[in-house]
Amino acid sequence: MAIYESQELRKPPISQVGIVRWLRVNLFSSKVNVGLTLAALYMLYVIIPPMLGWMIFDANFNFGEFSFLGFEFGEIMATNDNCGRAAACWPFIYEKFDMFVYGFYPRELVWRVDIVFALAASLFVIVRLVRNYKYKNKVLLAMIIGFPIASFFLIGGGVFGLEVVKTHQWGGLMLTLVIASVGIIISFPIGVLLALGRQSNLRVINFFSTIYIEFIRAVPLITILFMASFVLPLFFTGGISFDKLLRALIAITLFQAAYFAEVVRGGLQAIPTGQYEAADAIGLNYVQKNALIILPQALKISIPNLVGSSISLFKDTTLVLIIGLMDMLAMVNMTANDINWLGRETEGFVFVTMTMWIFLYSMSRYSKKLEVRFSTDHKN
Amino acid sequence: MKQLVKFSVASVLALSAFAVQAGTLQDVQANGSVKCGVSKGLAGFSAADSSGTWTGIDVDVCRAVAAATLGDATAVTFVPLTAKERFTALQSGEIDMLSRNTTWTITRDASLGLNFAGVNYYDGQGFMVKSSLGVDSAMDLGGAAVCIQAGTTTELNLADWAKSNGIVYTSVVSDTNAQTLSNYDAGRCDVLTTDASGLYSMRAASNDPSEHVVLPEIISKEPLGPVVRQGDDQWFNIVRWSLNAMITAEEIGVTSATVDVVSNNPERERLMGRSGNTHEYVGLSSDWTYNIIAQVGNYAESFERNIGLNTPIGIARGVNALWTNGGILYSAPFR
Repeated sequence: MAIYESQELRKPPISQVGIVRWLRVNLFSSKVNVGLTLAALYMLYVIIPPMLGWMIFDANFNFGEFSFLGFEFGEIMATNDNCGRAAACWPFIYEKFDMFVYGFYPRELVWRVDIVFALAASLFVIVRLVRNYKYKNKVLLAMIIGFPIASFFLIGGGVFGLEVVKTHQWGGLMLTLVIASVGIIISFPIGVLLALGRQSNLRVINFFSTIYIEFIRAVPLITILFMASFVLPLFFTGGISFDKLLRALIAITLFQAAYFAEVVRGGLQAIPTGQYEAADAIGLNYVQKNALIILPQALKISIPNLVGSSISLFKDTTLVLIIGLMDMLAMVNMTANDINWLGRETEGFVFVTMTMWIFLYSMSRYSKKLEVRFSTDHKN
Repeated sequence: MKQLVKFSVASVLALSAFAVQAGTLQDVQANGSVKCGVSKGLAGFSAADSSGTWTGIDVDVCRAVAAATLGDATAVTFVPLTAKERFTALQSGEIDMLSRNTTWTITRDASLGLNFAGVNYYDGQGFMVKSSLGVDSAMDLGGAAVCIQAGTTTELNLADWAKSNGIVYTSVVSDTNAQTLSNYDAGRCDVLTTDASGLYSMRAASNDPSEHVVLPEIISKEPLGPVVRQGDDQWFNIVRWSLNAMITAEEIGVTSATVDVVSNNPERERLMGRSGNTHEYVGLSSDWTYNIIAQVGNYAESFERNIGLNTPIGIARGVNALWTNGGILYSAPFR
């Protein structure tokens, strides 16, 4: 009977464990990858230190005096002249923060915009809270209808003694969000209808839906905005003035609807014919079939593309600056042309980029969460 | 189809005719504000400060018209416009007047259905060089590399000027203003050329303004002024004479601080509405010019406040001085 002595456990070779293994596998697995890694490291070395220097280490953060726990900090806020030109001058953003966020909105009324921001944030909380509530759908429907109406009257005024603030005073981040959210929310149902229309067996509906989608998709957004902004008013002379923001919103909504339609159509086509046949077999009519069986599945698998399309619309809203709407990006030029803060475009662009990134990355993360929540398959 | 086109064209024309006949002054008074088209941010001409209040010499013309017609210089609805949409906005009635550093040319004046109501700033293309270069005239620029923005009249003006003066240069072309400036800062060229007002604000935005000089030569004429729709002569008169009132006030020596001082100068008394009946001819109340000067100030005040030597932009009066001081700024008399 052989006796097996237990041998002392040998450690795996150092090149096969821990960080060394990770580096070997991911960064230095072949000659090409070694080259690419070194090139990337060199580029980071060239770009990152000067960027951090410009943005943080050499930058001016002198926002003026403030007191904390009875101690006084800081000195008099930096001005354009003593802020330095070699690195970022963040007091510029601090000084112009209201311009970037509210544009020309009267400063004594910005609390109304703040309420809308707070409402929007609370929507996400409410959605979480009512997740298991019996009347969840009713609450959500009330929110979807109530929030835009409440926001419209809060920002625009004109009811309950709220002072009217005309759309030409809207600007900055607020305007960007208005354009993006109106564009996304209103175009979504239109897009779903167009997608159903394009799948329809009724020749006329099918024909017009296809024509519409293909026409809009074949034209750049800039062209549609230009048409809405320069050509349309010439047909409305004679005192009938048609609000510029409204024209832009209509143009963006019509544009986005065509894109949503194609995304949803992709989802519809992924649904097996069996689902349609099963719905028909249990005697559902067209509306019931789509509302209860087809669309819930089609929209679920379309989420990544719907969000992708929404993100690109959010970015496209900056195009409105060419038709003279003062969105956040347009504010960069405006604020850097104040004679007291001349030539601070770079700071403005960096600030707008960061703000955009925060919003868009959040949207992207949120869509990931939605995908997981609505997931009903057995992937995991 | 043809019928439809004809009908559409006819109705557009009919509507335009209607728009032209409507009295802009009555509209403005009914609305309680002057809708004024301005730029989307041009330092010293029209830009907003940190609280969103518009300032600049173009803005002051809008404010003067509001003071004249409504008695309140703040009763202006500012509509920021791009260069492309400015004329459409005026033609379609979206704005009542345009005060957006717009160059007065025969094409615009005669073919677009617009009228220029005067000149509030005589601009022109100039050159900026680094003072270390030791150049004090554009005539010494032979062989220089010139930073320039593509596709602008600046490019053509420079070519014409260089040809007629026998100057050879290399051009460093870029797409935007900011790029032009960064090319110049990085030393890719010796000279930067654009409209003089732009040169001054670029100089103010540079790392060290004292390192750069704007050369005295101006190689093109760019008279900038307010614009109104053609066909409403009363409104045209109001805008033209609101601007003239500011210029005349400087000539006579009335400032916003001295409007109430009664003098024995007859023109001053006429201008301040204390004698004569010129206000009846433009259809406004007798204190219309008084309101302009009291609330906006005369031309010199507006100039010095927005682009003058004590501002960061620091433009000397130069050709924009009064005709009595060696400039070409000139108003027809208030008589």
